[in-house]
Amino acid sequence: MGWGSLPFMPHDHSHDDPHALLPSDPALRVKALETLLTRKGLIDPAALDEIIDTYENKIGPRNGARVVARAWSDPDFHAALMADATAVVSEMGFYGRQGEHMVAVENRPEVHNIVVCTLCSCYPWPLLGIPPGWYKSDAYRARAVREPRKVLADFGVVLPDETAVRVWDSTAEIRYLVIPQRPDGTEGMNEDALMDLISRDSMIGTALAGTP
Amino acid sequence: MKDAPTVQEHAFEEPWHAQVFALTVHLNEAGHFEWSDWAERFGATLKRHGLAKELNGGADYFAAWLETLEGFLAERELAAPGDVAALRAAWEAAYRATPHGAPVTLADA
Repeated sequence: MGWGSLPFMPHDHSHDDPHALLPSDPALRVKALETLLTRKGLIDPAALDEIIDTYENKIGPRNGARVVARAWSDPDFHAALMADATAVVSEMGFYGRQGEHMVAVENRPEVHNIVVCTLCSCYPWPLLGIPPGWYKSDAYRARAVREPRKVLADFGVVLPDETAVRVWDSTAEIRYLVIPQRPDGTEGMNEDALMDLISRDSMIGTALAGTP
Repeated sequence: MKDAPTVQEHAFEEPWHAQVFALTVHLNEAGHFEWSDWAERFGATLKRHGLAKELNGGADYFAAWLETLEGFLAERELAAPGDVAALRAAWEAAYRATPHGAPVTLADA
């Protein structure tokens, strides 16, 4: 990503400005770190661009949706995923660059799973990409543990009283993927069609899978 | 958390968020620190910042990220604060000295 284009910078300066638009203080501090580490030979700027491109354009919730759709469709895959998600998703090319373990947790009529990181924002990047802002907010991180049903209600998810809610607290070492319940009326749908019903939020547990 | 997004949004709100994220991931992958050590430190910064106000998960979050990384690299003697401050000033001067629309480059320091 070029630093020459800053699409989200406020553009309220006059075009008579003699100098280039000055980046924000944190943006300048990041540039300083990058320059220093590059000069010391500790980082490769091309590798930074590759990482950004990967997370902006190549990795996202479609990866997780592929895993869930296959789990819904293929009993052997489902069994393997529940037994050792790290191995199964790694084989699909979705492996954790930070070496973390993946655990799949499955929603059933008796239990609904929801994922949080109370420490910071640990998240299954290879399967879901970069977490949304709300996942990183204090409000979600505190409330998901304390009052998960209220949080779910804020997301429009109201569960029957007999469904227990289980909250999984991610760590740097273990990341969770929620396998939402397969909706009724999806018999006979192939994996690609099923994927369209599987949102990012449904794999965090703050939504249900869509209906066809 | 008021408006739970239903559509896919940009992975990063601002270019520097992406840049500081990539810098951290790259340093980890290059073996300069363990991710668990990073997460612990970052979590501590978030907790400290969160005492003063409720963090929004956007700009607040990456401000905490950057502060953590600066401290982390200083401690490990990978990036001395004085060097970082000098380069920050050099970048600011370069922006101020460059005509609008022209590429900004740092004079060799």
